[in-house]
Amino acid sequence: MRGVKKLVLGVFAALGFSSVWAAYTYSFPEPVTPIARETLHVHNLFMVIALTLFFAVLALMLYSFWAHHKSRRANAATFTGPSSRKQWLWTLLPFACLLILDYGVFGIPAFHAVKMYENTREDAELVVKVTGNQWFWQYEFPGQGVKYSSRLTTPRDQIDNLSPKGEHYLLEVDQPLVLPVNKKIRFITTSNDVIHSWWVPAFGVKRDAVPGFLREFWATVEKTGTYRGQCSELCGKEHGFMPVVVNVVSQEEFDTWLAGMKTAATAPGN
Amino acid sequence: MAHDLAHELPQVGAHDAHHHPSGVMRWIQTTNHKDIGIMYLIFAITMLLTGGAMILGVRAELFQPGLQFMQPEFFNQLITLHGLIMVFGFAMPAATGLANYMLPMVLGAPDMALPRLNNWGFWILPPAAVMLVLPFFLGIMGVGPGAVDTGWTMYAPLSVQSGWGMDFAIFAVHMLGVSSILGSINVIVTILNMRAPGMTLMKMPLFAHGFLMTAILLITIMPVFAGGVTMVLMDRHFGTHFFTAAGGGDPVLWQHIFWFMGHPEVYVLLLPICGVVPHVLTAFSRKTVYGYKAQVYAMWGIAVLAVMVWAHHMFTSGMSTGAQMYFMYSTMLISLPLAVLFFCWIATLWRGSLSFETPMLFAVGFIILFGWGGLTGLVLADAAADPQYHNGYFLVAHFHYALYPTTVMGAMAGIYYWLPKWTGHMLDERLGKIHFWIVMLGFNLTFIPQFLVGLGGMPRRIPDYPLMFAEWNMLSSIGAFILGSSHLLFIYIVVKCVRGGKKAEARSWEGAQGLEWTVPSPAPYHTFEVQPTVE
Repeated sequence: MRGVKKLVLGVFAALGFSSVWAAYTYSFPEPVTPIARETLHVHNLFMVIALTLFFAVLALMLYSFWAHHKSRRANAATFTGPSSRKQWLWTLLPFACLLILDYGVFGIPAFHAVKMYENTREDAELVVKVTGNQWFWQYEFPGQGVKYSSRLTTPRDQIDNLSPKGEHYLLEVDQPLVLPVNKKIRFITTSNDVIHSWWVPAFGVKRDAVPGFLREFWATVEKTGTYRGQCSELCGKEHGFMPVVVNVVSQEEFDTWLAGMKTAATAPGN
Repeated sequence: MAHDLAHELPQVGAHDAHHHPSGVMRWIQTTNHKDIGIMYLIFAITMLLTGGAMILGVRAELFQPGLQFMQPEFFNQLITLHGLIMVFGFAMPAATGLANYMLPMVLGAPDMALPRLNNWGFWILPPAAVMLVLPFFLGIMGVGPGAVDTGWTMYAPLSVQSGWGMDFAIFAVHMLGVSSILGSINVIVTILNMRAPGMTLMKMPLFAHGFLMTAILLITIMPVFAGGVTMVLMDRHFGTHFFTAAGGGDPVLWQHIFWFMGHPEVYVLLLPICGVVPHVLTAFSRKTVYGYKAQVYAMWGIAVLAVMVWAHHMFTSGMSTGAQMYFMYSTMLISLPLAVLFFCWIATLWRGSLSFETPMLFAVGFIILFGWGGLTGLVLADAAADPQYHNGYFLVAHFHYALYPTTVMGAMAGIYYWLPKWTGHMLDERLGKIHFWIVMLGFNLTFIPQFLVGLGGMPRRIPDYPLMFAEWNMLSSIGAFILGSSHLLFIYIVVKCVRGGKKAEARSWEGAQGLEWTVPSPAPYHTFEVQPTVE
């Protein structure tokens, strides 16, 4: 038994250290939108509270296992519930704390966060329509008349382990979505076949693309760069192979790119 | 074991049980709650191994990035069958098996109220299971498109588009639903009518309360689900458009129907274990149960809230702001009755005289791991933060922390606890403890990394993944194989206990309480020929 326990402890210790020292992903990516920042804040708050609660109760239980072990206490107590007024107060206290935690500490910020999440129409500066397909994404700027599709470019050889995998294995596409930085973008999602879900972790937003219906969300990306994500609703056999890649660039670069796309769309032979 | 029991049959009474057939027919025709309970448990364990083998295939594929062993089509079948088999094939029958075997014994009844219905309820299960997995094996042999591959949630319109494995799954779900409704009717009738004289509802053991709430929930939700899958069937073959927008339907309607069943289903799996655990805790803390009434009311509270919160599974599907608020705040309310249960469980241990035999280890392990599963549910209830966790591995880890400790560890706590009563032998404590520690190691090693890759942004149900998730997935796969092997050890321990071991007393555990411990071990074929009276 000792050996098994040691092994268990050893593995947990190793896990603990590895998450600290190695460059593995183990938390949210750096948030780049107001919603993602809010979500990360809620997540951190939650982790602190949940881990504290968990380990506090665990410590209490472990203390009980030790202090109230049969070898130390031959006779068990006989209480079956709170008996005095004071005991009732002590008993109800944790539940009062729980309600405050639920509806105060989490509930109040959550109310505002949901309001913010759903505020898609106010001040939107650009509309992007995202259409899910089996198995690629289509992007459209309805106001600008630009529409194109975005497909996985990872070669089949890499997936079948016949050649070494590239840096952005499964997270690379032929034509990424290009967005201007610091502009409130209103996204409209829909699908041509089954339900897909558009997700970029760094944006903190995810919304299903439901065939026949329009869903919406928004994002203001505050930092230029390339952001990657994946489809997150099972949509058939290539579900794992329809990534989302977003290039966030300055307004000038965006304008140039958009003009290029327009020319390409009207060019002969297209 | 059961054959030995049969020889101790009382040879009196106008029952058909005294000239029961032998051999296979005995098991096919039996109306005895113990026989049927055993068959349910054997069926459940078979399904646990089947569903487990499938997910080990998945974990083997996810051991490294790239496709090594299977194509995505096959992968999708594995994850789907794993979910369906574990929920409908393992967890529910395991609970029903426990109910069948133990309900009459804790209530002081000779048998379940409706023995023939009981037999029918069980024998629907094996054909249903065959129906569910048949397309899978046919697919391996190159016949047909393979099994259902839509994920166990069967979201339309993917489920409308899927191959005929889906039709088999729909039919299997119908049969499984009929089976659990029959089982539930039997549980409710037994509890309401067959209690020993003097055992009022509020003196009834918590075990019975857990199953009463489970049965009521099942009767509420399974017909809705049966209707839902029938609508999918109609969409697939008869040109209706319930779930396709092209004909005026709504794919999200399916999600509402599914989760109206799917969320209470979580409590269907939890409540029986909430009934089992207090029995184990009181026995090994040598103390009476703390807050009996509070626990009963908490279970009722959970059952009522269960059918009111379903759409928190659908925050990313798109809902009005008001609906999001409602489902968020009502979901948070569930933490209250659950906290009452946790409080009572820990207070039951407090200042007891504790010892840690195998059943107790599993009960305590359940409390700790399920505690973390419950806590992580809190942040998923936040409608604005949820999208970041939803359909990622964080969610997968969360619900496995909620479901594995309950359905597997909780059921094992119950099985180990009552095994001496069933077999007449004490179990091998040393092996039991080794089993527990292997489970703890394997389970945490499997699912802690999944929380972390989930936060990193790995979606669920993908057969291949970007390189940044590689290390955690490797650890998780190693854990899964350790966890899987623990179930083989479990079977070995049970078989060993059936075959022999230290003779068990009537009261097999020092602190065991309840009517079932007043009869000899193993218990007679019809436990109580004369009803016992409760104070």
